[in-house]
Amino acid sequence: MTEKPKGPDPTMNNNEAVAGAKPRSGGLDRQVQAKIGQQLRAMYDEVVDQGVPDRFVDLLKKLDGAQSTPKSEEESR
Amino acid sequence: MTTDPATLQTIMSIVPKLRAFAISLSGNVDRADDLVQETLMRAIANIDSFEPGTNMQAWLFTILRNRFRSEYRKRRREVEDADGHYTDSLVSQPEQTAKLEYKELRAALEKLPSDQREALILVGASGFSYEEAAAICGCAVGTIKSRVNRARNRLATELDVKSIEDFGPDRNTRAALAASDRR
Repeated sequence: MTEKPKGPDPTMNNNEAVAGAKPRSGGLDRQVQAKIGQQLRAMYDEVVDQGVPDRFVDLLKKLDGAQSTPKSEEESR
Repeated sequence: MTTDPATLQTIMSIVPKLRAFAISLSGNVDRADDLVQETLMRAIANIDSFEPGTNMQAWLFTILRNRFRSEYRKRRREVEDADGHYTDSLVSQPEQTAKLEYKELRAALEKLPSDQREALILVGASGFSYEEAAAICGCAVGTIKSRVNRARNRLATELDVKSIEDFGPDRNTRAALAASDRR
């Protein structure tokens, strides 16, 4: 096992890009990833927080009613 | 046979998560709600095939995911026949996406291959483990891990790093746009 990879160091081939103040790895990337994760969850939770639209409450009642006797469907209205 | 009330209650409690998943997958509220409706109809019709004690949420997500995949393939064929650009047609329907917040993030998600998108949403937003996500998608755990990684990297590239503080709820985006308009 070697301690360091002997292959070309990608950062060595991209000195200009690195000097361009937009490193592709390291702290900034982790920050970006954390931010994206946070935004993904926030985006998702925003919909979750809307709860169950009436459309689906009615649908589930109807679907369940359709499985049981027609009488219970009447009662649920 | 009637579904027992406790099971119905459980299904009902998962509906908001199903919607969030469907909207994330399709980028369109109306399509997503249709997808949720189909999922619920299938679930109730096939409730006997659900094994009590197993994860109801994963079961419902699997049904929805499979519905989306088959519909997605069908629609893509139809739209590609029409104009050749499925993704473009999705993001250019402002009246249907107007209700959605996080526009930039959603637009970036739309650009991901669907297998990467679903993996990222399941693990990064729905909170499933890699193992659960793999079961939902019917693939190996390692496959899910690499899809999630690729999706994250691609999103980071897609969403300009410089504007990372800006992307998010639309009120921020709108405020930023309004400010730049005034200049």
